[in-house]
Amino acid sequence: MSTAVEEKKSAPSQPLFGKKERQLLSDPLDSNNPITVQVLGICSALAVTVQMKPALFMALGVTFVTMMSNFLISIMRNAIPGRVRIIVQLAVVSTFVILVDQFLKAFAYDVSKQLSVFVGLIVTNCIVMGRLEAFAMGNKPFPSLIDGIGNGLGYGAILMIVAFMRELFGSGSLFGFKIFDALGINYIGNGVMVIPAGAAIVIGLVIWAQRARNGMVEE
Amino acid sequence: MQRSNTYIFTFIVALTMICAVLLSLTNESLKDKQAANVAFEKRKFILTTFMGADAVGGMSPAKVNEVYDAKVKSSVVDYQGKTLDVPVDDIEIEKEYKKPLEERRLPVYSIIGSEGLEYLVLPVYGFGLWDNIWGYVALENDANTIKGVVFDHKGETPGLGARITTQEIQSRFVGKTIHDKEGDVVSVTVMKGENGGGEKSIEAYKDQPHEVDGMSGATLTGKGVNKMLSDYFTAYNNYFKQLSVEKTALN
Repeated sequence: MSTAVEEKKSAPSQPLFGKKERQLLSDPLDSNNPITVQVLGICSALAVTVQMKPALFMALGVTFVTMMSNFLISIMRNAIPGRVRIIVQLAVVSTFVILVDQFLKAFAYDVSKQLSVFVGLIVTNCIVMGRLEAFAMGNKPFPSLIDGIGNGLGYGAILMIVAFMRELFGSGSLFGFKIFDALGINYIGNGVMVIPAGAAIVIGLVIWAQRARNGMVEE
Repeated sequence: MQRSNTYIFTFIVALTMICAVLLSLTNESLKDKQAANVAFEKRKFILTTFMGADAVGGMSPAKVNEVYDAKVKSSVVDYQGKTLDVPVDDIEIEKEYKKPLEERRLPVYSIIGSEGLEYLVLPVYGFGLWDNIWGYVALENDANTIKGVVFDHKGETPGLGARITTQEIQSRFVGKTIHDKEGDVVSVTVMKGENGGGEKSIEAYKDQPHEVDGMSGATLTGKGVNKMLSDYFTAYNNYFKQLSVEKTALN
């Protein structure tokens, strides 16, 4: 929450998608990733990454929620009474989360069953509330929208990496396609990868690899 | 900037109203589609109990409906085994579950093949460790041997109790019998402790017709399954008896 960005002073000639917007989109993917750098949203990252398909839907769901709620809160930011702003944010986030849940139930029923409570728990995902407090409350709607997409994708990217490793080594498949069987290799799934402990290990490895590359150390 | 209380109240009420209207509209417009999904899953479950998950998993939705319509005949019976004149779709198993055993209306899905009755598929409903569990059990036409089971749950622990939804656990029930020699219901019991999982678990209990291997770390979910199965087998027992009388009469 300490990364509050000051309101951008927009010059009339500024391009719609300039350097700043690109940065808003790319920073959360790498140097300011919500999962691996800020270590937010770990709970759902451990829970929904057994297979790639549910992880993909979860990533899309979170991206939609961060995007829309960032946008909406940013539009309302000057009208929201400061004393109840958290409640207002929560109401907006919950509304979008329930929308996602309802649509999944109607159009991707099997995925919605696998994700079960974790769709509802997007409400409590620190990434969403964190971006609203840190960014959307102090920035214009368009940058907020970009920031929401960026953070959703940053979360989703890690989810997909972890799900890729877990499904490949845990079940020997990708998106349900039995990859080792197709290659003619007799692969016995690694049980650790299927349980949440496997996700913790994989996320740890991803954080390690990323920090080694970026040369980032804890202060 | 400090705003007045009136402003805050108005703001919150307006926001709540907008959210509520939006959500009700979505729910109202998607309700039918969601209900259709649930109904379709039920059909899939029923077919899976006697055809196996692999066979049903490979079918297109249209094929599932086609096979279901061709093979499955549903009826409703009461505790005495008498057939009730109620369409099976009117029975909400979750509501019936709350009634005492003797008053429940019990759906029966008879699987009719070229040689008459092949299997009986019965819905079961109970309570696991955290929340409701349910499923379907297919019995051979002797109303005794289990052909296959499907279980589902609302909130059992992933990796532990939630394993009841896996083929690994469900395959342990295949071939078990629910009656003793006298024809009394003994049901099938999930034991405590686990003998290595997979084939080893099936091997360990292959000489025990009424017991299956437990799930390590999910003893209480196992107990829920046991109660659920014995409840429903007891409830259906009069119907089973009648069935065997009819069969002898036919022979």
